[in-house]
Amino acid sequence: MATLAGAQTTPYAGANAWRVILEWLTTVDHKKIGIMYLWTAGAFGLVGMAFSLVMRTELAQTGTIISAETYNSIFTMHGSVMIFLFLLPIGAAFMNYSMPLQIGALDMAFPRINALSFWIFLFGGVLLTLSFAVEGGTASAGWTAYPPITLDSGNNAEPPGAGMDMWLVGVILLGQASIFGSINFLVTIFKMRAPGMTMWRLPLFTWTTLVTGLLILLSTPVLAAALVLGFIDRNGAMGAFFDPSNGGQPLLWQNLFWFYSHPAVYIMILPAMGIVSDVFGVFTRRPVFGYRSMVLALVAIGLLGFIVWAHHMFTTGGVFLPFFMGATFLIAVPTGVKMFNWIATMWRGSNIFPTAMLFSVGFLMLFLIGGITGVFHAAVPVDFALHDTYFVVGHFHYTMSIAATFGFLAGCYYWFPKMFGKFMNEGLGKLHFWLLFIGVNLVFFTQLLLGLDGMPRRINDYADNPGWELMNMLITIGAFVSAAGMMVFLYNVFYSLKWGERAGADPWEGTTLEWATTSPPPAHNFDSLPEIRSERPLFDLRFGERLQDDPHYHVNGNGHGNGGGGARTPSATAREEG
Amino acid sequence: MAVGTLPQRRVHPIRSFLVGEEPMTTGLWGIIFFIFSEIMFFAGLIAAMLALHSDTLFWEPTNGAGRVEGDHLLPILFTILLVSTSIPMQFAAFAIRKGNRRAMLINMAIVLVVGTAFIINQYFEWTHAGFGISDGPYAATFYTLTGFHGAHVIGGLLFIFAQWLRGLLGHFDARRNTAIEAATLYWHFVGFVWLLVIFPLVFFLS
Repeated sequence: MATLAGAQTTPYAGANAWRVILEWLTTVDHKKIGIMYLWTAGAFGLVGMAFSLVMRTELAQTGTIISAETYNSIFTMHGSVMIFLFLLPIGAAFMNYSMPLQIGALDMAFPRINALSFWIFLFGGVLLTLSFAVEGGTASAGWTAYPPITLDSGNNAEPPGAGMDMWLVGVILLGQASIFGSINFLVTIFKMRAPGMTMWRLPLFTWTTLVTGLLILLSTPVLAAALVLGFIDRNGAMGAFFDPSNGGQPLLWQNLFWFYSHPAVYIMILPAMGIVSDVFGVFTRRPVFGYRSMVLALVAIGLLGFIVWAHHMFTTGGVFLPFFMGATFLIAVPTGVKMFNWIATMWRGSNIFPTAMLFSVGFLMLFLIGGITGVFHAAVPVDFALHDTYFVVGHFHYTMSIAATFGFLAGCYYWFPKMFGKFMNEGLGKLHFWLLFIGVNLVFFTQLLLGLDGMPRRINDYADNPGWELMNMLITIGAFVSAAGMMVFLYNVFYSLKWGERAGADPWEGTTLEWATTSPPPAHNFDSLPEIRSERPLFDLRFGERLQDDPHYHVNGNGHGNGGGGARTPSATAREEG
Repeated sequence: MAVGTLPQRRVHPIRSFLVGEEPMTTGLWGIIFFIFSEIMFFAGLIAAMLALHSDTLFWEPTNGAGRVEGDHLLPILFTILLVSTSIPMQFAAFAIRKGNRRAMLINMAIVLVVGTAFIINQYFEWTHAGFGISDGPYAATFYTLTGFHGAHVIGGLLFIFAQWLRGLLGHFDARRNTAIEAATLYWHFVGFVWLLVIFPLVFFLS
């Protein structure tokens, strides 16, 4: 790996502060844009966490500290900020940073549109948060914004003010950023792959980027349609779309909204799954079990994700229950395939547990609980009983919020050395993991129990039923423990940026291409690329020659789960390509 | 375009018709994905219209004006005009594939003129509709669908106009013409979404 020496330049050397700022403001480099997404989404994530602490303080005991209106506003902004400004863009951060490196590309297909995506996202986010400053406050109809409570058509006692319009326009902008981003990811994966990087050799994180991109591309415009209809409804159409008293249909909004927002949970969780897959492929020292079945399961989740949206609307009486129940059950199958593949990867692997791996294992546990409670919900009778209770809140936080966050945190610890050339501190990382893991389980498992007991969500006060106050207090304690964990993480980030141990080009003995360049990579990413003959080019580079005569070593995957491709020796591959 | 000594690539005739025989550039892939997202956007709006229509008690504008004034002659005429501009636009793409920039510019100019006429007619329709956006589901969907379609026509015209100016400056030749191919595909989308969906629904759904 002679190419890895040299070309190690720090981007800050010899530049004055204004130059550096101007460079970041005008950059079209996918790595810098990815890092900007990371910082921005991380900051919004902390804001969202602060909202959750306000809610938990309010709910710690019976009686009210903040008014119902403020509480509505806070939980609406918690959901909106966490989903639109934290989980979606932090996925985009890793997709921006790692995907072009993983396929051996110079940059994204459209670097300037990539920058445009980021800036649209940022202004959309600013618009959303600025709504605190306007009269009437922020949107307060929940992140789902169900009409007619969002409408100002004369039927509401207190119609929502300009904050609601800012929410609608802000989310349209964020959606536009997503769409441009997804086009970029898709074209990059289809057109910019390095020679030899066939589709069946893409790293699993890149595969998740591809499927996520398709989901964004086909579902986000429908949300945009819903949002513009909502905006027109409030400003001119007098509720003709969504207000039944003026000829509109509230369920129409719900259908359009969930047509996006159900795929959106996969848009949030799939990149996390991809990160976890890559992390398992490195820290178990084995190829990921069943590479092709992983990809097919991913595609199946993506396809099924489009036909289950109405399971959010079971209790409305306006949807065909058996179909959506059956389709929702079906999603458990590909998800189960992925789950077993991850476990099989760890099985008899030479597992090591740095923080990235800990978070990945944590992801499996959290996602397991989330997935199983999801199957409960898919059953219509159970959903009728549990709809709009804390059981739902516990379920979706376990899956798309906390499991996804664990995946992204694994990504932070895994790619931090690549991004900044330094390791994150392992001791602080482990403290972070245990605080967060204990904290979130305290919060969300207790919420599951509380939901089974019937406590409704989105209420700022509750009856003094037996056990409720205790459970709510436990949740609040858990929330603050989790927040303490995130503070450790925040400290760790700045500590490691300044004093972290230096990392070389390939600190984890990785298998995918991003580890074939320096840390941080030069602006053009690669001085030269290794030969790509499998989904683990760096493994082949390291061990290929030594293993050439080993009958158990096959270049294209490990022989297990090699979906009919059969064993291919290096010479056979070379012949086909020659 | 002959490719020197390389053997002839086998290209599907439909693909050859739409985007030529050259390998597809990233820009073309980009516009194709973008058009897919636009299709989903209009699918959302149209689904909303059909849902409202299927389950509403009063489809007609609530101010009693009637859905569209007078006969449908002018809208039909301009629908035919808009959709038929796909032909000169495609001819522009054919021309630049052969390196004929002059023919490309003439064909694009036809598209620009007719497209602008369509927009002027839309303005006329809006000002003579007899109902406002607040007059019930039909009125609201009428303005929303024709408005968003009109915005897309204007966007397409600006796109084509920018490429037309570039053509005047001597840009584009037989090999470097992605922007023209992209504008052509986008223009086909704008025309057909009108012809096949919005126009019949807005004007003839009873």
